[in-house]
Amino acid sequence: MHELGLAQGILDLVRQHVAESDLPAVRAVRVRVGEMAGVVADSLDFCFAAIVGGTPCASAFLAIEPVPARGRCRACAAEFSLRTPVFQCPSCRGTAVAMVSGSELQVVDVELDDAGVLN
Amino acid sequence: MTVVTIERKVLEKNDAVAADNRARFARHGLFVFNMVSSPGSGKTTILERTIETLRDRLRIGVVEGDVQTDLDAQRVAKYGVPAVQIVTNGGCHLEARLVQDALDRLDLAGLDLVVIENVGNLVCPANYDLGEALKVVVLSTTEGDDKPLKYPAMFRQASVLVINKIDLVPYVPCDLTVLRRHALQINPDLTIFETSGTTGAGVPAWCDWLMDQVRRARA
Repeated sequence: MHELGLAQGILDLVRQHVAESDLPAVRAVRVRVGEMAGVVADSLDFCFAAIVGGTPCASAFLAIEPVPARGRCRACAAEFSLRTPVFQCPSCRGTAVAMVSGSELQVVDVELDDAGVLN
Repeated sequence: MTVVTIERKVLEKNDAVAADNRARFARHGLFVFNMVSSPGSGKTTILERTIETLRDRLRIGVVEGDVQTDLDAQRVAKYGVPAVQIVTNGGCHLEARLVQDALDRLDLAGLDLVVIENVGNLVCPANYDLGEALKVVVLSTTEGDDKPLKYPAMFRQASVLVINKIDLVPYVPCDLTVLRRHALQINPDLTIFETSGTTGAGVPAWCDWLMDQVRRARA
């Protein structure tokens, strides 16, 4: 449900970083979304598409890059992928695990269509 | 094709305001916690018991978040503590900016403890830093002992788990040992309290812990 607010945050970042005159040329907005960021990619995509209409970024769409969730064992320093809600080190069975990736929610960059506005 | 690099966190604006809130709390030597749970877990009742227990020892302020109505702020205000209601009008969580605005309506210099009661929702509030020292998640026995596994993000983000409605354990299929095990599997660092808002059981231990936190924030 909070994806609408996040989509607005993405659009705000794009508008801050791209020159006003270039906004109509914005196409792919690359977003990194961690598997455990608590964000539903489809909802984010839907919300973004819904809010760009009527803005200078109307031709923009999201390119969502999922980031796998990975953890590091605090006891033996092994790194492994996190597949279940309960984190456990596959090497030493330790349960003190720090997440090293998978909680990201970042705008990476945007691609501008140099030919300008799509018709 | 031109590429414009952005490399910014989507929630950076929220996080910046949360950092401002946190600095403000530190200036006033305030302990502030963010109370999260599903709707109906008994957050407000625990808060009422907490105020009853501590109001002679601490100056408490409350920020209430709800989708609609100021019923909770009214409930809390009956105990003679300043309470500010945030109505999110459909929003499923509190954001740092909403809390910042609410803080302007509290005399922070005259308080020791501020409780932010979030919108009842075990999902979205996990993602939003409000500037609090820590999150306290309340889970009631009627919700079942599997909830930490089903909503892991919230239990991972929280520092404290209050298991509420323990007076109902004989009547509901909730095993406290299993609940604790699930919660600690998700977050081994959780501090756990068992309470009943109805009977008041466990409230003194929770309040003692809270007093410690307030003393530390003041120091």
